[in-house]
Amino acid sequence: MTSATSRASSQPRPTHPAPHGKLDSRPKPAPPAGTPVRVTGAQALVRSLESLGAEVVFGIPGGTILPAYDPLLDSTKVRHVLVRHEQGAGHAATGYAQATGKVGVCMATSGPGATNLVTPIADAHMDSVPMVAITGQQTRALIGSDAFQEADICGITMPITKHNFLVTEPADIPQAIAEAFHLARTGRPGPVLVDIPKDVLQETTSYAWPPEMHLPGYRPTLRPHGKQVREAAKLMTTSRRPVLYVGGGVIKSEASAELAELAELTGIPVVTTLMARGAFPDSHPQHLGMPGMHGTVAAVAAMQRSDLLISLGARFDDRVTGQLSTFAQDATVVHADIDPAEISKNRKADVPIVGDCREIISELISEVRAEIDESGRPDFDAWWTQVGSWRDTYPPGYEWPSDGTLSPQYVIERLGKLAGPDAIYTAGVGQHQMWAAQFIGYERPNTWINSGGLGTMGFAVPAAMGAQFAFPDRPVWAIDGDGCFQMTCQELATCAIEGAPIKVALINNGNLGMVRQWQNLFYAERYSNTDLGTHMHRIPDFTLLAESMGCAGLRCDTQEGVDTVIQRAMEINDRPVVIDFLVGKDAQVWPMVAAGTGNDEIMAARGIRPLFDDDEV
Amino acid sequence: MSTHTLSVLVENKPGVLARVAGLFSRRGFNIDSLAVGPTENPEISRMTIVVAVEELPLEQVTKQLNKLVNVIKIVELEEPSSVQRELLLAKIRADATVRSQVLEIVDLFRAKVVDVSPEAVTIEATGPVDKINALLRMLEPYGIRELVQSGMVAVGRGPRSITGTSTR
Repeated sequence: MTSATSRASSQPRPTHPAPHGKLDSRPKPAPPAGTPVRVTGAQALVRSLESLGAEVVFGIPGGTILPAYDPLLDSTKVRHVLVRHEQGAGHAATGYAQATGKVGVCMATSGPGATNLVTPIADAHMDSVPMVAITGQQTRALIGSDAFQEADICGITMPITKHNFLVTEPADIPQAIAEAFHLARTGRPGPVLVDIPKDVLQETTSYAWPPEMHLPGYRPTLRPHGKQVREAAKLMTTSRRPVLYVGGGVIKSEASAELAELAELTGIPVVTTLMARGAFPDSHPQHLGMPGMHGTVAAVAAMQRSDLLISLGARFDDRVTGQLSTFAQDATVVHADIDPAEISKNRKADVPIVGDCREIISELISEVRAEIDESGRPDFDAWWTQVGSWRDTYPPGYEWPSDGTLSPQYVIERLGKLAGPDAIYTAGVGQHQMWAAQFIGYERPNTWINSGGLGTMGFAVPAAMGAQFAFPDRPVWAIDGDGCFQMTCQELATCAIEGAPIKVALINNGNLGMVRQWQNLFYAERYSNTDLGTHMHRIPDFTLLAESMGCAGLRCDTQEGVDTVIQRAMEINDRPVVIDFLVGKDAQVWPMVAAGTGNDEIMAARGIRPLFDDDEV
Repeated sequence: MSTHTLSVLVENKPGVLARVAGLFSRRGFNIDSLAVGPTENPEISRMTIVVAVEELPLEQVTKQLNKLVNVIKIVELEEPSSVQRELLLAKIRADATVRSQVLEIVDLFRAKVVDVSPEAVTIEATGPVDKINALLRMLEPYGIRELVQSGMVAVGRGPRSITGTSTR
């Protein structure tokens, strides 16, 4: 068929097969905006992505998405990164989005390609990440017939996307893609999936940009209600023991500068949740650190004893509140969020404020300033004395393992010091993630990228890859555990070949560390299925594994070697680096509020429970 | 638990019913009844959803429903200020000996006979839930051979329209 076509044509044909008689997709002078041109559905897709400013797409081609990959080959604006597993594509899109605030794009074929995206989509949904996933689908006539590689991905992802589309006409592609980007990045951000049947990609249609969007049911509230803001400002200046409870929404709305201004204007203590690390500088004297299950004693105690919680873009997650009935019982709650459904979902809000966090904080600043002009700056000296004593008595810290093995906390602390606050850090899920949240000083937003809500093991390496493509010149460190690493480390091959010299600090304790910690504390030290054998058998040998995938493989198991090996890794910029840090398996994450208990039960370290009752203000 | 009637205007697009039903099951809310149909605007469908929940969870249901991109508007219709109707079709065992008694009940409830055979009559009745239930109680002793009921549909009383402002 192909040879017959080429004989019939006097023009030289492209070397790759083009069974649907594809139009020439090489760049041409653009017609005036809005003028329709004839293209295939696939070309409409790629042009739409270009028009929306997508710089990079992570994906893997396959049967039904093949037509889209043909014009992608010619695009000078959209770079496609060929990953090794679709899960890697999804987390890379998230890493890109979390580092930049822009929409991350991933692409997969129908059936297994699409279902492999399910975990990263659910992850992005829980952490409100602007992501667009594009999947191929079986041709329209075959949908519903259990055809080869057919999966109802719209049905499957319905509860884990902000919205999804099945595009049934090629003419609808630009509108669907434009709407997907719009939905993904506005309001409360989230993942949007666009499922496109193969024949829709192949058919010819007319293309014009920009398309008209039609979303009559989508009207996010951005401007807060003035009365609510005034009410909140009044509470902020009249309360005695307030806390600014800062969540990921502050990073999403790019409100760090405004937050700093509000905090300094009022003198109120600040806590930043796992998703908000970096929203407020760790070095700031008003910062008490992270609240929650593994938060600092000062942050947890301040919230517990507060009389006013000003929640900004946070959602009272169970990992922050502990047992809800005993959480911050004396606190009046101001809850500011862009998603009305978050307000009073877990904890009843006394002053609900719906809107974009940056707008809300800006308006709070002017209202608080007006209050201060009228009745003076609030006096929180007594509160700070109390908060300061918690902070001084229970500073973040760790003990060196008694068996002389390398301390994982020390490794992460040194990494934070040496790589500094301008590096981007990603993490998997477990002990290493908590230590990375505790022992690295974050000074800027978008420098800490992790899987908070879903808790997706294997997140670190592909997310670091995504962040590296967003910022090729900045150091990107994936802090990973040996359990997590073995779930997605194949993306190091992608990093090596596609030129993403990420650095992996592998906190290798040979075990599923967090699970082991719970077995130690709550299952009578019965270690069921948590030893991965990576220490005992050195399977895999992570340095050899790294080398085999085109990375530099380094190893360190002594305190003296830590700085040297990190510095060596920092000097290698022509390929990815993996440092196998062999650390002790008995190190634990403290402080800790055991699951299901109240935050008053926080243990600063094993057997050490701060007695809050003694130091009431 | 109290019963609430929600009128939900949605885009008339494939999959919207699945989105709404999925949301209820995912968030752990039970639907008592659900009716969907077209409206005066072909681009918009209207769902009438009856749920038994307390006030606070109801607020969550409404907010979560509102987050669905295809949901345009939600109005709670309260009993006294709205007209609420169900449709019932029931096949009642009624031979010559009891047919006149059955027909008397049918008349009392202003129901209609839509089919008749030597052993049975099929009746059609519309009305609020209470009336339908009372009718069924009266007919039960004769023997209900088959019964089908629609979900409730409801509309607010007075001249105002819930579709008016949002869609035109």
